[in-house]
Amino acid sequence: MAINWFKYSAPTMFYPLAGKLIPWFAVSSAILFAVGMYLGFVVAPADATQGEFYRIIYIHVPASILSMFLYLVMAAYAALGLIFNTRLSSMMASALAPTGALFAFIALWTGALWGKPMWGTWWVWDARLTSELILLFLYLGFISLHASIDDPRRADRAAALLAIVGSVNVPIIYFSVKWWNTLHQGSTIKFSGTSMQITMQHAMFTMLAACWLYAVAVVLSRVRSIILERERHAKWVAELPEVAL
Amino acid sequence: MKPRQKRLVYIVVALAAVGVAVALVLNALKDNVSLYFTPTQVYNREAPIDRSFRIGGLVEAGSMKREGDGLTVHFVITDLKKSLPVVYKGILPDLFKEGKGVVAQGKMEADGVMHASEVLAKHDENYMPPEAADALKKAKSVQ
Amino acid sequence: MDIWMRENPLTYVWLGSYAVAFLVFAVEIAMVVHKRKATLEEVRQLMDVEENE
Repeated sequence: MAINWFKYSAPTMFYPLAGKLIPWFAVSSAILFAVGMYLGFVVAPADATQGEFYRIIYIHVPASILSMFLYLVMAAYAALGLIFNTRLSSMMASALAPTGALFAFIALWTGALWGKPMWGTWWVWDARLTSELILLFLYLGFISLHASIDDPRRADRAAALLAIVGSVNVPIIYFSVKWWNTLHQGSTIKFSGTSMQITMQHAMFTMLAACWLYAVAVVLSRVRSIILERERHAKWVAELPEVAL
Repeated sequence: MKPRQKRLVYIVVALAAVGVAVALVLNALKDNVSLYFTPTQVYNREAPIDRSFRIGGLVEAGSMKREGDGLTVHFVITDLKKSLPVVYKGILPDLFKEGKGVVAQGKMEADGVMHASEVLAKHDENYMPPEAADALKKAKSVQ
Repeated sequence: MDIWMRENPLTYVWLGSYAVAFLVFAVEIAMVVHKRKATLEEVRQLMDVEENE
């Protein structure tokens, strides 16, 4: 059976599809969080040098990965919206920004809590930490720029430009530990494999999947609200069962 | 060209331009972006020896000595090519160990020793249980 | 604080990192649910106004 994916790029079709998908993503995310926490705190052993403190990694690394990846997805949607003038792409970009910002915040927060007992400091202005902080401000800049312009189409375009230009920062975060001397250690997950014991890996990838599913669920829910808000004068919105109530 | 193709080209060009600009700026500021200097850089006079700066490397094995007050520590930071003596008075981070990574901030004094005001431990990206670490150590010592 | 965190590493990791992260998630979920309710309410009111016209 051939599925016409383009059909779903119209808000009219995407809205009910997203509504059907959200519970699945939410439930599987909750299950994976439970499994991941069990693996991370019960099954995985303590680390040889860092003892129990290293367990922060199971939230720190997934949050950091998502903060960077969601930014790229947001910038890609923003670019699509700018180029093709599609309504849904810009709405997706706006829906992604708050979740990305929260993941960036979690990455910085858990990083500080990890840094204090291990490095001996909450914060240091090294390239990795600073560029991740810039990422958080890019998200906040995107959100406030979008909110400051009343006309939604103009707001989409202005914020899209910021998102696209800011995407230069993502490879800087990723490669910062290679390009410069930093206090932050190198990447544990590399393209060539990981430098981590296998049960620790299972725990981390489970938590990563859980964070992914969580992000998809909240972003879909948020984009549904944005669709309703922007299309409130459309006939199909008036015909929705939850509106007609 | 259709307007949408034109917009695509503009975006790609803008992104490339910003990317190049950022790359040039970061390259020019290389020494400022890096958190610390290596002992080799200090010997090559690339570090700002007249003011406070950070130096990073490994704590040389067997170089750590505590003074009688129990707070003042002497150790040597090495990048396996050059090494530099450091003195520090204060509490060291838990991960501070001989043979492990360290970043110290301080000023070079006339005695050729860095008087550190802050010492941070740098750990690596490898995670393993203690038993695996012991096995690895044994395997190394056999070689 | 320094001594406490060394004596209770797991509590420190739990309260400091995981409790905060899950709290952030809970707040975000609450915000998303609230936005959904508020938007639906808004759209319904708009419908009423248009019907009365």
